[in-house]
Amino acid sequence: MTTIPASSALSAASGRAAALPAILAALMLGIVVLYGAGFAGADVLHNAAHDTRHALGYPCH
Amino acid sequence: MRRTTRATRSAIPVTDGAVVFRRIFASALIAALAAGIVTATLQACVTTPIIVEAERYEGGDHAAAAEGLLLLVHSSDAHGAPDGAQAWAPSDGFERSFYTATATLVTAFGWALLLVAAMSLRGGPIDMRRGLVWGACGFAAAALAPALGLPPELPGAMAADLGARQAWWLLAFLATAAGIWAMAGRTVWTAAGGVLLIILPHLLGAPHPERFGGAAPPELAAHFATASLAVAAVFWLVLGGVAGAVLARFDRMERPA
Repeated sequence: MTTIPASSALSAASGRAAALPAILAALMLGIVVLYGAGFAGADVLHNAAHDTRHALGYPCH
Repeated sequence: MRRTTRATRSAIPVTDGAVVFRRIFASALIAALAAGIVTATLQACVTTPIIVEAERYEGGDHAAAAEGLLLLVHSSDAHGAPDGAQAWAPSDGFERSFYTATATLVTAFGWALLLVAAMSLRGGPIDMRRGLVWGACGFAAAALAPALGLPPELPGAMAADLGARQAWWLLAFLATAAGIWAMAGRTVWTAAGGVLLIILPHLLGAPHPERFGGAAPPELAAHFATASLAVAAVFWLVLGGVAGAVLARFDRMERPA
């Protein structure tokens, strides 16, 4: 029989299909978090994250 | 955990959506903590001092800066705040460093979620070394490609409209990420399509101001751009490497030896 590679993020295609909603949920959460920290226009958010936005090269101001 | 030695291809835990999400969340959190702490330290030593230095040329602290300078990045116009009504900002010193570190950790968590989700979507083996490659690709997509059109800018630099710059930044990131994804495909045609995708935003061109200029000396701005990219490179390599290592560890825990 075939053995599974010692480590695989998701081993089988069937597993990947079943995992898709969870992967998409993680993607959405990541986008929301990034928007708030890196791109949202609210002054308070901008001022708090100011140096980070500049340092990582995101358009700021 | 309590799996038999029959390693069938239905790795049970992985097919359960809640378990997949928890695993992505946990590995993203660990990777983000590692990359966030390293990056926040680097920022405090490398980039933030340059930002603070640049703000001195703006003639004031960061909240009160550049009042009345229409095109400069810190103008109250760009902030969207009516004159006189300054929004809260952390005061210089510890408070400012604290918020910067927090924002960096949050940003790291956001990118880590995207990175681990992408790793999971792609499937296949993952470990620290492969994670480092993922991290390098993340650096290319989220730092290097956007920086080609919009170099990391210092406060006080002249710049085009914020919305236009954010839109182009997003386009450059998405096109480069999709392009790298396609280049890792099977055929020469998908690879060629990937190259075209990566080039596309640069053909369109990033939005630039009508003329360049800024409050800080160009030498300082140049130093900042390179320092920013160096910090971003460390950020992405730590993020990818740790995420890969943690995912590999989860895999080992779920499978019998």
